[in-house]
Amino acid sequence: MKPDNRDFFPLTAFAKRFVDQLAQCRELGVNTLEASEHHVLLELPYNPQVIGYPDSGVIHGGVITTLMDTACGAAVITAIYHQSGEVELSPTLDLRVDYMKSATPEKPVFGFAECFKLSSSVAFVRAIAYQDSMDAPLAQAVGSFMRIGSELMTDEFRRVMEGN
Amino acid sequence: MSVANEVAAAAARNDYAGVLARVPYAQFIGMECERFGDELVFRLPPKKSNLGNPMLPALHGGVISGFMEMAASVQLMVMMQVTRVPRIVDFSVDYLRAGYAREAYCECKITRQGRRVANVSISAWQTNRKQPIATARAHFLLD
Repeated sequence: MKPDNRDFFPLTAFAKRFVDQLAQCRELGVNTLEASEHHVLLELPYNPQVIGYPDSGVIHGGVITTLMDTACGAAVITAIYHQSGEVELSPTLDLRVDYMKSATPEKPVFGFAECFKLSSSVAFVRAIAYQDSMDAPLAQAVGSFMRIGSELMTDEFRRVMEGN
Repeated sequence: MSVANEVAAAAARNDYAGVLARVPYAQFIGMECERFGDELVFRLPPKKSNLGNPMLPALHGGVISGFMEMAASVQLMVMMQVTRVPRIVDFSVDYLRAGYAREAYCECKITRQGRRVANVSISAWQTNRKQPIATARAHFLLD
């Protein structure tokens, strides 16, 4: 049985509500395992539909990019919410991904992201995708997100994010 | 039939739909490819499951990246007649505008192809080619 991390990381439910709103992530079956003011951990289950190398069954790099982009975005929205109590969605400015090794087929991929600097206009993030251990990463990413302020959020988005 | 054979056959038929049909991820996001003379233009028709930001709604940034990355590797296989699926080394994307819930396109330029590594730049747009929604740069190992 998977441990329940909600007691250790109370922001997990908040990050999960964000991830679950993204249609592509629902399609991929991305699970939100942990979230805090410092980090977000997501799980991408193996899915033969996203294979990129049919001869070997290895999943496409684009799915790993999607996992890390999502983990980074979730880390930013969670960090902002922790800091200010405001729901503020930040679009990705840029993302650079280094692919260090292929994912092993039939196993899930984990995406760990941290927002290491939150300024008033930009959020800086880094992420690691791994399978067995974070010390053997499949890919690493760095990115920046633009802060656009909480005024632009729709009431519905704010309501969903606050769990009402 | 292996992917390499499929690429060779596609080049002979001048029809690249077969290559994309062989790659499950390309089907998953629903991308297509058309050839105009020597140029390839990739298409990503609108699809609900490709959306991210629920407020706009907008395409998920990761889907735009995956689309561009897949396009770059097909472009390499087709234009350079490589016999193996190129392996991605790094991918760096700048998101310039929100990608809305409508058709997106991209084209690739092979900036340099060495013996082992190729550098590809990719541009994606929606209504106007001169107003890209994202630009990216990727390195692939050819081996």
